[in-house]
Amino acid sequence: MEKALHIENLYKAFGGDEAVKNLNFDIEQGEIFGLLGPNGAGKSTTINMISGICRIDAGRITAFGCDNRSKYRQTRRMLGVVHQEIVIDNFFTIDQSLRLHAGYYGVKDDPKWRQELIDRLGLGPHLDKVMLKLSGGMKRRFMIAKALIHRPRLLILDEPTAGVDVELRHSLWEFVREINRNGTTILLTTHYLEEAEQMCGRIAIMNHGELVVLEETRELVRRLSRRTLKLWLEKALESIPAGLEAYHPRLEGDGRRLILCLPTDQGVGDLLHQLSALHLGINDFETEQSGLEEVFLQLTSEGGRS
Amino acid sequence: MSAVKGQGVFQPWLPFLTLLRKEVLRFWRVSSQTLLTPIITASLYLFVFGATLGQRISVLEGFSYAQFVIPGLILMGVINNSFANCSSSLFMSRYLGGIVDLLVTPVSPPQFILAYTLAAMLRGSLVGLVTWFISTLFAELPWTHPMLAILMAMLASFLFAQFGLIAAILAKNFDTLSMFTNFLLLPLMYLGVVFYPISILPAPWGHLSYLNPLFYLIDGFRHAILGVGDTSFLVAFGVSGVMATLLFGGAAWLIGSGKGLRS
Repeated sequence: MEKALHIENLYKAFGGDEAVKNLNFDIEQGEIFGLLGPNGAGKSTTINMISGICRIDAGRITAFGCDNRSKYRQTRRMLGVVHQEIVIDNFFTIDQSLRLHAGYYGVKDDPKWRQELIDRLGLGPHLDKVMLKLSGGMKRRFMIAKALIHRPRLLILDEPTAGVDVELRHSLWEFVREINRNGTTILLTTHYLEEAEQMCGRIAIMNHGELVVLEETRELVRRLSRRTLKLWLEKALESIPAGLEAYHPRLEGDGRRLILCLPTDQGVGDLLHQLSALHLGINDFETEQSGLEEVFLQLTSEGGRS
Repeated sequence: MSAVKGQGVFQPWLPFLTLLRKEVLRFWRVSSQTLLTPIITASLYLFVFGATLGQRISVLEGFSYAQFVIPGLILMGVINNSFANCSSSLFMSRYLGGIVDLLVTPVSPPQFILAYTLAAMLRGSLVGLVTWFISTLFAELPWTHPMLAILMAMLASFLFAQFGLIAAILAKNFDTLSMFTNFLLLPLMYLGVVFYPISILPAPWGHLSYLNPLFYLIDGFRHAILGVGDTSFLVAFGVSGVMATLLFGGAAWLIGSGKGLRS
């Protein structure tokens, strides 16, 4: 099966600043793929090159086998893009804009599908309003409806929930999952890493224009996340007992709390067994597993690489 | 919910027709600015030069001043509005960011140019037609070669639609855009034989006027209507045609390469 998206040696510089450096990755059909990275990592530039807003300096992008430069009309028909910035056109109501947008993609307005998008995204009461009269959340919903009006095969969501309240975020993600279940491949960027962890099957993290890691989300978190063991002690310790150096120990709470970092391949039981030999007098203990957020920070901090 | 899959049949010309429709609806929706204002301006000119001052001026033998100035005023309306439609619509799209909605669609560069150009020509033609209609209250025109007059008006409209596209792409802000109008279009227009023939200008101004590209458009249009002009119709049409081709080439290169549109 051809890839939904194939990116090969992609390169882009603005003046002397390299925004994207020889990027390579593929997205399989039917995936929800997360492209993450700190501000200025090159995510939006990459998305803009895929969608055609930004010119490619070097490299190649194909969507469902079509080169996005030599066969740009075929490629763009298959893509739907929700831009990071809210795009405003105050000449038309959102209903008129939706009708026009289908035409830009060369497909006739499908009233049934349009109505379904309007209903599903709760746009019904606002159809006669221009963009300026909509709340921030409604503008986001409208942009999603607009990106879907021509039934794209690959939906690109560039920070679709930026500045959106929690309730709307949840409903939008549920809608995205539903679209994905119905066959649309999703490429998303978001700053809400918890959501990316829940939504995406695979995640690519970019930093300084380069791909830092690309892995299945579960595997990435499993491989790079840290587990912490917190021990509440009967008696305060004045110093850390010998033999625990490998666990990066530290004392907190006037010496009554000992914190140890567990390697990913070591079970808690082994460590507790080792600790019992030290006769520390353990009252209680707790383990904590770091998530994508910690992995992200670890990978995107200076010099961070998987 | 139904599946997203099942995209309708692709109609290659629908993106163009949609963009054209959108551009026409855009100027129609704000017709008080885009149609009524230029028509009122033209009417005021007609009143001043047709009913008042025009009665006392004669610049071309065998014709009243109103008859002389009306073709110029008609074409001035056509040119101004063709330019304004393209330049303001495209520049606003760039300025407000709405252009990205278009850049991600399968609208091809030729369709892009054609849609903006035809919408601009429609607006220019509407203003020109109404100006001519109002002018009949002040003077009758002989319409010596009506088809050539229409051809010349269309060429002028096309030319300034291309110029409008180029200005909208090159302009960095509103100031730059207004400089195209205030420091280029307006002086060329007023010095471009709208209100007087070259023959009444003293040297060297008469000769310098031949360097004004608008001279050929206006003189050619007037020539087709009145049957006389400062230069032959063929020269006027030829020079205008070359200018239109050059500007079209420039606009096509800018839009095709994405300069100023795609980063």
